[in-house]
Amino acid sequence: MSYLKNALGGAAALALMAGAALAEPALMYDLGGKFDKSFNEAAYNGAKRWADETGESYQEIEVTAEAQRVQFATRLAEAGYNPIVVLGFQNAATVEEVAPKYPDTKFAIIDVGWLDIPNLRQITFAEHEGSYLVGMLAAMASESNTVGFIGGMDVPLIRHFACGYAQGAKAVNPDVTVIANMTGTTPAAWNDPVKGGELTKSQISQGADVVYAAAGGTGVGVLQAAADADILSIGVDSNQNHLHPGEVLTSMLKRVDNAVYDVFSAGVDGFEAGVHTMTLANDGVGYALDENNASLITDDMKAAVEDAKAKIIAGDLSVVAYYENDSCPALEF
Amino acid sequence: MDVIPKWADAILIPLISIILAFIISALVILAIGEDPINALQLMVQGTFGNSAGIGFMLFYATNFIFTGLAVAIAFHARLFNIGGEGQAMLGGLGVAFVCLAVPWPHWTIALPFALIGGALFGAGWALIPAWLQAKRGSHIVITTIMFNFIASALLVYLLVEVLKPAGSMDPATPRFPEGAHLPRMSDILGAVGIPFSDAAPVNVSFFIALLACYLFWLLVWRTRLGYEIRAYGQSESAARYAGISPTKIILIAMVISGALAGCMAINNVMAAERLVLNSVEGAGFIGIAVALMGRSHPVGVLLASLLFGFLVQGGAEIDFWTNIPRELIVVVQALVILFTGALDNMVRVPLAKVFLMFRKREA
Repeated sequence: MSYLKNALGGAAALALMAGAALAEPALMYDLGGKFDKSFNEAAYNGAKRWADETGESYQEIEVTAEAQRVQFATRLAEAGYNPIVVLGFQNAATVEEVAPKYPDTKFAIIDVGWLDIPNLRQITFAEHEGSYLVGMLAAMASESNTVGFIGGMDVPLIRHFACGYAQGAKAVNPDVTVIANMTGTTPAAWNDPVKGGELTKSQISQGADVVYAAAGGTGVGVLQAAADADILSIGVDSNQNHLHPGEVLTSMLKRVDNAVYDVFSAGVDGFEAGVHTMTLANDGVGYALDENNASLITDDMKAAVEDAKAKIIAGDLSVVAYYENDSCPALEF
Repeated sequence: MDVIPKWADAILIPLISIILAFIISALVILAIGEDPINALQLMVQGTFGNSAGIGFMLFYATNFIFTGLAVAIAFHARLFNIGGEGQAMLGGLGVAFVCLAVPWPHWTIALPFALIGGALFGAGWALIPAWLQAKRGSHIVITTIMFNFIASALLVYLLVEVLKPAGSMDPATPRFPEGAHLPRMSDILGAVGIPFSDAAPVNVSFFIALLACYLFWLLVWRTRLGYEIRAYGQSESAARYAGISPTKIILIAMVISGALAGCMAINNVMAAERLVLNSVEGAGFIGIAVALMGRSHPVGVLLASLLFGFLVQGGAEIDFWTNIPRELIVVVQALVILFTGALDNMVRVPLAKVFLMFRKREA
């Protein structure tokens, strides 16, 4: 939001440092960058939607180093921003340290649900449920009976995505082969489209004809390589169907934008603490269907997925979460 | 080279280089339509305007002192240790193992053991490339770079599969026990009545880093081993002729180098009270710039570390308060490295001419 930051001239900035109360909301991005076409960008879209609709402004900051997490969160609280939305499980320790020091400031954290702090709203997503649905679509669309998964870094969260995907694919076709690869072992793996493209080509050579990317900015390379090779891909977090119309089968939606939008809209007065889980039931996760992929999803596919969705919501079908016992019934890591 | 007096070589040349780097940076900031004076003000104000800013600068500087000294000791033996990053990661593992091994009663007992743990792991990680260089002639630059990736992969594996508490999504070790928590600067200065912000993570490790600078000086310029390392670095054939074993010097210099890089972990891991995935975040590479700029001398390394600490902290301030993209802060850091490290002669040669002119006049 460049125009917002422009409004904060040097003098204003110094005044803010002194701790002037603004009661503007603030958003703190995780490592990986604001425009990662996925997780952080989804949050940005939610904040922007709120700003466009209300005409209000907000502060935002990108974390670039571990030590800055606490530094920036403290700074936002000191400067009087309220509520403060913090993105990413890697910031769990950050809010654990900062939030209790500023009991009057409302904090919200996304992807964390295990803390116990009175002024903190914790928002988690049932990514395995959404991934299950796109896994079903992948297996139904595949002609080679081989589907691929490309993750960013090999962390539990990404295994969680992969595990739901594999369960969905195997529910449709027990004989389907699921190939899973991780992009790298350093945080660079979240933003390495070239490597993502190479992994996609490698999976194609192993027979995959649908590839699901859960890898932040790396996914852009996965979708590109898949489109180049005329196979299908699946986007993640934001709706990425428009990146290659007709070649992206669907996107696993993780409505981080809604979560941010809700916290910003509720403001300080409407703030609700506690753990809030975004699932299929409350449209927190889902699969994307729009004009770009309408030709790829047949009525049968849609019916099957909608049926599974209804069953998951009703509790008749349970998708195993990787966290439950750090292992996956459908996929070996 | 002798035309430039020692003080000018040590202070004037780096100073001019830094000023040049800042001028070019200012032009770049102007070019994207921002105000460089305002940016500099923010950097200075955000770093020196309050004790928290100073604390963050010193915290970053502590990391850079350790990795800078690590690269510097290898430089003295003409070895280019690019593996500070990986050695510091392994040092973090060593420190984490020590801190989690026993319920430490007090940090004064835990700290020496953590130092030993970090140093051993860092040294061990440097020993393999050193051995390959000494015995097999595998180039140390290549092997140490590759060992950075191996270290990173090893760390991910251990954190995701082994050290992570069950059920946690965050690939990090559990929190270290209370007795292994290091006192922060605010506790230390508070005890003598000086108020200091407790927001900054700077801690007792900073003093360990200063001690490491002194010990480094003692080792390199006041011991026989230091003499041998320098002699080997100046001329391998002369050192060999003098009865100095190249194998021994390569191994020892790299082990000390790795140990210094590993010791950094007391600052970024032990003081953070847990080991996370990217705890090193480039300090190993900045150490190379710090050692180059500091002329491999501990005082120079200390000053260069403070400068880079200022750049990181000041850069964060610019990022926070202005519209200047964070990539540009990296550009400023790169310009400082470029001018102080790579373009040294651009300043040195004209400066030598100036000094020569004065000397002729005196004569």
